[in-house]
Amino acid sequence: MKSDSNLEKVLAAGHFAVTGELGPPRGANLQAIKDKASHLKGMVDAVNVTDNQTAVVRMASWAVSLVLKEMGMEPNYQMVCRDRNRLAMQSDILGAAALGINTMLCLSGDHPSFGDHPQAANVHDIDSIQQIQMVAAMRDEGRFMGGAEIDTPPRMFVGAAANPFGDPFELRVLRLGKKVAAGADFIQTQCIYNMERFAEYMRQANDMGLTERTKILAGVTPLKSAGMARYMANKVPGMDVPPEVVKRIADQPKEKQAEEGIKLLCEQIEQLREMPGVAGIHLMAIEWEHRVPEIAERAGLLPRPQV
Amino acid sequence: MITAERKPMEEILRSVEPYGKILLVGCNECVTVCHAGGRKEVAMLASALRMGRLKQGAPLTVDELTLERQCDPEYADELARVIDQYDAVCSMACGCGVQTVAERYRGLPVLPMVNTAFMGASEKNGVWAERCAGCGNCVLGMTGGICPIARCSKRIFNGPCGGSTKGKCEISPDVDCAWQLIWDRLKQLGQTELYSQIMAPKDWRSARDGGPRRIVREDMAI
Amino acid sequence: MSDFEPVVVVFACDYCAYTAADVAGRMNLSYPTGVRILRVPCTGKVEPQYIMQALQKGADGVMVAGCLVGDCHFKNGNLRAAVRVKRVQGLLDEIGIGGERVAMVHVSAGQGAQFAEAATEFSRKIGEMGPNPIKQGAKAAA
Repeated sequence: MKSDSNLEKVLAAGHFAVTGELGPPRGANLQAIKDKASHLKGMVDAVNVTDNQTAVVRMASWAVSLVLKEMGMEPNYQMVCRDRNRLAMQSDILGAAALGINTMLCLSGDHPSFGDHPQAANVHDIDSIQQIQMVAAMRDEGRFMGGAEIDTPPRMFVGAAANPFGDPFELRVLRLGKKVAAGADFIQTQCIYNMERFAEYMRQANDMGLTERTKILAGVTPLKSAGMARYMANKVPGMDVPPEVVKRIADQPKEKQAEEGIKLLCEQIEQLREMPGVAGIHLMAIEWEHRVPEIAERAGLLPRPQV
Repeated sequence: MITAERKPMEEILRSVEPYGKILLVGCNECVTVCHAGGRKEVAMLASALRMGRLKQGAPLTVDELTLERQCDPEYADELARVIDQYDAVCSMACGCGVQTVAERYRGLPVLPMVNTAFMGASEKNGVWAERCAGCGNCVLGMTGGICPIARCSKRIFNGPCGGSTKGKCEISPDVDCAWQLIWDRLKQLGQTELYSQIMAPKDWRSARDGGPRRIVREDMAI
Repeated sequence: MSDFEPVVVVFACDYCAYTAADVAGRMNLSYPTGVRILRVPCTGKVEPQYIMQALQKGADGVMVAGCLVGDCHFKNGNLRAAVRVKRVQGLLDEIGIGGERVAMVHVSAGQGAQFAEAATEFSRKIGEMGPNPIKQGAKAAA
């Protein structure tokens, strides 16, 4: 094992893994984290903690990760390339590892123009693929990016994000290949609604042998309403929501739409379980954390394995 | 070339408010090409300043002069014979020119009249776009001739990121995704194996991050 | 202010507008005496700087009169002029002189009446705006 990560253990034991997600609060508000996290405890194998998501300042992902740790949960510590240079990144990784945070996700990060500080300098000292390499080298070679030896290498299970539907499509599997070559132990994809297209992506990933070298978790998000379905379909870049999916939710009366969304999600999870190469799911029920226990139950994901 | 745009008149009028006689100096190179600070722009700004100040009841004498370049001491020297008559020099050159003139003539304020923007190229008449980030270690041969620093909003070396949509960058449909461009070009060139190679982290020392830079060509010094 | 006769400089192209002004004259169509016509081979010759200088020298308004769109003897001189007029208008707005003191019009060689009307109407508009503000300021400074 490369780390003490619960996620690593669950995946290594061959279970269909489930990860969740949590967005930190916009203030020094400890209780808010505890409230959100309490819904996820026991429902998932690890919880992603986002890092200044959409370039909006929130409590640091390392801090929230630590809170989760103290609650007996397993954080997946997200770190974007937008806000930190290689010094700050390596420094934070050492701190996180020392405090028992053992799973992290490497990401580019949304451009500052989307957020509340568009005036900020846009760091991007290194990109997410170089970041993965950096973490893997810190762990496996005990070496900083600058070359010096690390006296206690961080034992970090390192992942990356992948967007199977981003443009250009032909490039997506090649880029996934680069992340795997860089050392990504696991991959979490953006949320999937077009199962056919995702199946094609997985087929290519399998053919390239990528699923033997990394664990791919398919992203899923329950559609709460027709409005949300339409928003995802039209306003979110790189998101593929087939019209049949939107129709299925929209055909329901308003008060039944959320239930339909959950039904659809459970069906998707079933399909994903059967898809070769899919090692688990990444459930993003943002601001709907309180429905996760119900979803986990209905999708047959409980109890989570104790490894 | 270096691109620039004239500062808003309000800002310019505020900056020359204390003065009664100024020398407005243009540059015949980059700022002429991008219609920001050449001879014609000097004439326009001079008229605008005279009229703007007349309207305020505080006349301003504006003399006009355009140098071949402002970033070479030999050309900046040409101002020496006239400079003593003025309260300030207003330069329509890029930051390089303004500073060269300011360094040469230290007894009076040298004010910038344009906002220097980027190193870019002309796309079509009236349109210039950023092309070079001056990183000091050119990798254009590896990326099909498209710069991942200047043209990718996140200066990613192993792109694209997840925000690339229909060949455009997530920040705006008017901005091309550099990595879409790079990929398309590599395909055209039959060089797609370059894409699969992981590009190593940039050594930013050769860029501005390493400190203000200098080139010394001893083989050129007389 | 009621006896204010605006000075309006008109840059008129030889092939169309200037000829139209001639036609207006021969038809005995009048336009205000403050309208001073400057003949140019093509409005494409009019540098933005000529417009600025006219105003700097005290003109209250400047009109650039060229051929109908598509009929320019030099292909697109009138289009270049129209773009330059816009640029000057923007600059004049920025310094508080007012871009409305400059206008671009298009007439054909035979349109004497249209020329006279355009010149009269523009002159009237300038009259309403009042004298070029630089004259007011110059008085105040003196």
